[in-house]
Amino acid sequence: MEKSLSWREFIITRLIQSSGYSAILFVALIFFFLLREGLPTLGEVDASSLLNIRWYPIENYFGILPLITGSLIVTLGATLIAVPFGIGTAVYISEIAPRWVREILKPLVELLGGLPSVVLGFLGILVLSPFLRVFLNLPTGLTAFTGSLLLGGIAVPTVVSVAEDALDSVPRAYREGAWALGATKWQTIWRVTLPAAKSGVLTAVMLGIGRAIGETMTVMMVTGNAPVLAVKLGSLFSPVRTMTATIAAEMGEVANGSTHYHVLFFIGMVLFIISLVVNVIASSVVFRAKKRAERILS
Amino acid sequence: MGIRQNAVTVLFGPAGGGKSTLLRCLNRLNDLTEIKASSGRILIDGENILDPKTDVIALRRKVGMVFARPVPLPMSIRQNLTYALELAGEKRKSKLDEAVERSLKLAAIWDEVKDRLDEPAIALSGGQQQRVCLARVIALQPEVILLDEPTSGLDPISTGKVEAALLELKKEYTVILVPHSVQQAARTADYAAFFLTGELIEYGEGKSLFTVPKQKKTEDYIMGRFG
Repeated sequence: MEKSLSWREFIITRLIQSSGYSAILFVALIFFFLLREGLPTLGEVDASSLLNIRWYPIENYFGILPLITGSLIVTLGATLIAVPFGIGTAVYISEIAPRWVREILKPLVELLGGLPSVVLGFLGILVLSPFLRVFLNLPTGLTAFTGSLLLGGIAVPTVVSVAEDALDSVPRAYREGAWALGATKWQTIWRVTLPAAKSGVLTAVMLGIGRAIGETMTVMMVTGNAPVLAVKLGSLFSPVRTMTATIAAEMGEVANGSTHYHVLFFIGMVLFIISLVVNVIASSVVFRAKKRAERILS
Repeated sequence: MGIRQNAVTVLFGPAGGGKSTLLRCLNRLNDLTEIKASSGRILIDGENILDPKTDVIALRRKVGMVFARPVPLPMSIRQNLTYALELAGEKRKSKLDEAVERSLKLAAIWDEVKDRLDEPAIALSGGQQQRVCLARVIALQPEVILLDEPTSGLDPISTGKVEAALLELKKEYTVILVPHSVQQAARTADYAAFFLTGELIEYGEGKSLFTVPKQKKTEDYIMGRFG
């Protein structure tokens, strides 16, 4: 009896252990595969050509700068929209809204987070972009700005959900302490609750950025897909093409093993590195906060 | 029930007796909980603070409060003290510095923190944090100071320091204290009120109440026969 129990214990422990390790293994394999398919690019295309501003693979122009700037400008726009809205909504839900509003809003926001991005892209093509074309008097409504608006909408639920959790976990005593000193509700939020939840709110922002930069379907549908270097302010209102959209659009038609194929993987690598950097920054912020919490406990 | 100026009034009794609730009525902190039912009147300087027209913010500056668990705000020690003053409109640096030093001295913590005022308050020990919280309240120059079991999480030495600070404080302020033990109640009380399940059983001068209580229930509680 006792023996079989210890056997079961052993098997369960090992199962859990192996599923934990396999997650690491899969990420390592993905990264390895990306490297294997992407790194030959460096042998086949010169660095100067890669850093060119022209992306025209059929004539062997593999400048990835327009794609990187396209991704960055759309993500930046989305961040500028998602962060204030997301944090504002989180503050409203956690600090201001009466209980019954909170109980409706929180699940609603999370539901919004589960909306398939292709549906949003569809709405973007049919509703948002014609509206923007007329409203802003643009030659086309399929612009970086359109993508930013939609991506912002996609990232907002992520930001709200994580930031709200962070605000919610600030001990009630902090707020009471500030109120008892004669701080108003708003002063308490701004100077006490938000700073106390700082690390969680930063994580929310990082996750929101990560969500925006990795998004493919929506941006492919609404940004116009023109690989033009986007560094001017006006670029926001002209078509761009992101890294993700390029991979998604061209991977299906490319000859396996060709230079173009390798370059697409190289773009995937760049994307992987960017989101890795975002994640590392996010988790280092959280890690710092943890250490601080440990210091308080000791 | 009347509460004397410049004295320590102690509210004591078993848990759930309504002591904290009463304290929180005095600075209207109960406003912010979900339940809002209050009747009757609370007069401070002849004004009914439960009147809906009362300026709650000004009231909370006049009636300061220290909580059971120290709640240093997530700022430096100095900012913890000056924050409320800045909210109240005080901008002159000399005044702020003066208030910081004066209130930290009154709370008996100046010597321990004077060289590290710009460190985060959260890095202090629990007992130090609690005294910084007390100093924070003093900095506002309130009329009344409410203390809700301010020493429940502290070691005896820190407790002693806080109690000594209270004796100093009552010269200038009206202190209302919910102690965390009968012993502390007896040690600190000028006036004492015994609460049981939401009712005021007995209220009187500390010395006589703790030596010759008039009510049987009070006597039982003090002698440790229940509660």
